[in-house]
Amino acid sequence: MSEHTIALTVNGRAYRGTVPARLTLVDFLREHLRLTGTHTGCEHGVCGACSILFDGKPMRSCLIFAVQADGATITTVEGLAPDPAGLSVLQDCFWETHALQCGFCTPGMLIAAQALLNHNLAPTDDEIRDAIGGNLCRCTGYKQIIEAVKLAAERLQGANAPAGQATGATHG
Amino acid sequence: MKAAEFDYACPGTVEEVCRLLDGASGDGKVIAGGQTLVPLLVMRLARPSLVIDINRIAELQGIAADDDGVTIKAATRQADVLADGTVQRRQPLLTKALRLVGHPQTRNRGTIGGSLANADPAAEICLVSRTLDAEIAARSTKATRKIAMRDFCAGAMTTTLAAEECLTEMRLPLWRDAGRIGTGFAEMSVRQSDFALVAAACQLALDKDGVCRRIALGIGGAEASPVRAAAAEARLTGTRLEQGDIGSAMVELEAALSPLSDVHASADYRRRVAGALAARAIAEARDEAGAVA
Repeated sequence: MSEHTIALTVNGRAYRGTVPARLTLVDFLREHLRLTGTHTGCEHGVCGACSILFDGKPMRSCLIFAVQADGATITTVEGLAPDPAGLSVLQDCFWETHALQCGFCTPGMLIAAQALLNHNLAPTDDEIRDAIGGNLCRCTGYKQIIEAVKLAAERLQGANAPAGQATGATHG
Repeated sequence: MKAAEFDYACPGTVEEVCRLLDGASGDGKVIAGGQTLVPLLVMRLARPSLVIDINRIAELQGIAADDDGVTIKAATRQADVLADGTVQRRQPLLTKALRLVGHPQTRNRGTIGGSLANADPAAEICLVSRTLDAEIAARSTKATRKIAMRDFCAGAMTTTLAAEECLTEMRLPLWRDAGRIGTGFAEMSVRQSDFALVAAACQLALDKDGVCRRIALGIGGAEASPVRAAAAEARLTGTRLEQGDIGSAMVELEAALSPLSDVHASADYRRRVAGALAARAIAEARDEAGAVA
């Protein structure tokens, strides 16, 4: 089996590695880079727990081989928070609306929802459902997740509004 | 689940892909988006010795339109085709279908050629290609050939592509001077992003009096490959597509279908759903073409 040297950027940091051809990107992130926030669920593209941003777009890291990510810029769930001690606006909203129970799907949900909010700060319920349509959650029934994304959209809109018109502050 | 061992190559030209496929003696597999192939690899339903990545080949990317049709290169991402203004204007049936292909994450990675080459019975892209009589282009070290979509799918997950051939593009012909064109697409799946149990695609053209002069009606997910409802098309041509016309055409459509039966749906269920979805797709296309019956 062929081995390949790859260079890529993950959460703003440059990495190099040597990988066997069959190693998936999610296994590279978790086992080589020790970024275990991205979860391995079904390993065949059904559950969405392994979602990452690949060159800015949400994709499943179990359906990409690590060797194919040579030169790519990747954001994992670890890259969403502004600093190791804080939470992003979206993460805060997940916490507040109780949008997780067991937490297994949460990294993928956060990536899918953040990808939506990156280009749409006023999503409809249908747009939110479409954005997280590839991510399975077995605890929440999705209702609170949709609430969390709506709340985050409101807050992010507020943050972009002129001073004094903000619709909500974040904490944490 | 981990894929069996394989060698990986990432060539820069189609010529090189063909050479590598030749050298692998039938044991090479092309990977584009990998949204169908990677699951097959990790479940070890496919165990190629060589995986050839076509993601970095510039000549396999892009969309081009001329007076006769729209050509989409094999490794063009489904999300890019969905967002493409030319496709939206000139092949709106494909745009409608792409909204239902997987979900944003698989569309961001999955390609047009990958969906075609894997020929999943439920694949919307295969259904639209069959409905609109697409032409597939494939290349090997020996030749470049064109394959009509009706000759392309050879059963579930099976095509008439040879192991040494690389699918390079698909072309959807335009209906020129056909009149007012409308399109409709409808599918039934357990949940929004899931595989279609049955899907129906329709493109039709009305003359100035609202009479249907041309209609293409395809059903996907019901049989091992997408099929055209030829009897229903013949029955509807020359009518004003009123409810009664559609109803009697659907009787013929359902009678002509030999649906699959599996744990998700019985053959009889698929047959009846096919009729209902086809009726919806026809009505959508008719209303879009501007002739409300």
